[in-house]
Amino acid sequence: MAIEQVPVAKTETSISNDLTDPVYLKKLRSQMLKFATLQLRDEALAEDAVQEALMGALKNAKAFNRRSALKTWVFAILKNKIADVLRKGQRTLEASRLLRDNEEENNLDELFNSKGLWQVDERPAAWSQPMESVKSDHFWQIFEACLSGLPENQSRLFMMREFIELDSAEICENMNISTSNLHVMLYRARLRLRECLENHWFSDGEKP
Amino acid sequence: MINCQQVTRLFSDAQERPLSLKERTSLKVHIMMCSGCRNFGKQMNILRQLTHEYVKGTQGAHSNEDIADTDNNSQD
Repeated sequence: MAIEQVPVAKTETSISNDLTDPVYLKKLRSQMLKFATLQLRDEALAEDAVQEALMGALKNAKAFNRRSALKTWVFAILKNKIADVLRKGQRTLEASRLLRDNEEENNLDELFNSKGLWQVDERPAAWSQPMESVKSDHFWQIFEACLSGLPENQSRLFMMREFIELDSAEICENMNISTSNLHVMLYRARLRLRECLENHWFSDGEKP
Repeated sequence: MINCQQVTRLFSDAQERPLSLKERTSLKVHIMMCSGCRNFGKQMNILRQLTHEYVKGTQGAHSNEDIADTDNNSQD
């Protein structure tokens, strides 16, 4: 879709202080891009989604007179745009890829022995004060790296579920997968993420 | 008796659907004896909380502005 130029300065004076403030707009845009790129894994698609969300915000900007409300609202629009793109992208979740992900189960099996019990060195350790981590920029870098390290389908489904907070039924319908398939994929994503966070962050000095 | 692999799957499923009484009982019995799965269960909830914090942080919550007036920021 072609994006028409929106005449910002004419009517939306109440909000133009924000969305026409180049410094503010640049920061907001870069936050949105980071968010969208991580989920869509495609910079061009992410750029488009961000652009459309910003345009949508400008068109309806009159109602917003506080910057914080505007920001929250712009992200709500962006979340919807991303959900749309992900839904349209269901082609990419073909059976062959699900199969390939099935093969990865072998790797996950390394976490457990033949009886399905934790391998001794894989057993989850206690995390000390995990919510304190949110204050650390380094933690979020690790979090992003772990998320990016997931197989593509797993991370996409995980983000649809946990970032965009679509419910199971909606994800299954739109991605054309069964509930059990979704639950297996989410399980694997969580196993991996948990392990990655523990190995790279929570195990520092905490491992028994 | 269910094993650790099955227990961890149930902990993940618990984020998606209500577990049956039988499933919940199996979990409880297992984690009484297994510290690894006990930790895992707690960490599933933590993972969800951290993910929500991440999304909030990306939305610029660092700024401490009042952003509580839309439905997007409630976690429950």
